[in-house]
Amino acid sequence: MTTEAKEFKKMRETSAGDSFFQGVKDCIPTLLGYISIGFAFGVVGIASKLSILEIFLLSALVYAGSAQFIFAGLYVAGAPMSVIIITTFIVNLRHFLMSLTVAPYFTRYSALRNVGFGSLLTDETFGVAVTKAGRDKQLGGRWMDGLNLTAYLTWIAACVVGGLVGNWIPNPDRWGLDYALVAMFIALLVLNLANTTKDRLKLSLKLIGYVFAILYILSYFMPGHLAVLLSTIIAATIGVISEK
Amino acid sequence: MTTTLSMFLLILGCALVTWLPRVIPFILVRNIELPKVVLRWLQFIPVCILSSLVFQSLLDAEGKFVSLNLENTVAFVPTLLVAIWTKSLSKTVIVGVLTVALLRNFF
Repeated sequence: MTTEAKEFKKMRETSAGDSFFQGVKDCIPTLLGYISIGFAFGVVGIASKLSILEIFLLSALVYAGSAQFIFAGLYVAGAPMSVIIITTFIVNLRHFLMSLTVAPYFTRYSALRNVGFGSLLTDETFGVAVTKAGRDKQLGGRWMDGLNLTAYLTWIAACVVGGLVGNWIPNPDRWGLDYALVAMFIALLVLNLANTTKDRLKLSLKLIGYVFAILYILSYFMPGHLAVLLSTIIAATIGVISEK
Repeated sequence: MTTTLSMFLLILGCALVTWLPRVIPFILVRNIELPKVVLRWLQFIPVCILSSLVFQSLLDAEGKFVSLNLENTVAFVPTLLVAIWTKSLSKTVIVGVLTVALLRNFF
């Protein structure tokens, strides 16, 4: 290999494999989702008697779409503090599994960097990261920071803008913005499946069937967010057992 | 543009309980090596958790029987087709949101 070719290869490895800017670019397709949902949250927040400052603090500190909506709902219903905090915890417990899935790719980085990766992990950045990991078999820290920070700043901006114009939008439901989250999950699922081998795809589709059946049954006994967590754990366990 | 001390503390409490589950795995995995079987198990998490989140949106657990939420189930079909066809996040989101907006305004 000539020095030029080596240099080029090295450049490609550092810039395409792990560059902050590539992370920003890979975040762009998800931004429409963040903007719709964040905007919708701002509107709902104002309608739930939250101030702009509170909307800002929630989006910057809690930084979790579904939890923020539930926070607003419980707050306006006058729920006690303990109930709001416990519900928020349960709603976001799925992030534990998501972090656990992504974290093994980053063990070579410092503890502080890892705290940074974890603090800004969302459903969407998880989805984008595992899609990339499925393809490249590795993830870079600068890429992850680019992805995470772009999502984070866009989210805060969208929530605040939604709060600012919230008073002029009486019925946010009509716009269907809340469905952006579900649509994003559907697309991320399809992208993940598109990356797998034929054998693996077969197994994945089988597991998806199990997930549906288990989730359906569990929904009789527990709140939806717990059912999501438990059905995931059970189906993934079935996956390990049947893979042998 | 204001808040109260109790509201601020409430938000901080919620921030803490959402932050810990996100960060603990990153610290944990740095300090202990996960067994092979756990790593294999984790490979199944993306597909399982994403499909579970999708299915949760299709279900309606309010009544006596858990049933399909009609609106979300109807919107699910074109959204899934566009996702498979285009493999594009933004196009999928646009079609999904438009379908739901259409359903809510005209039906």
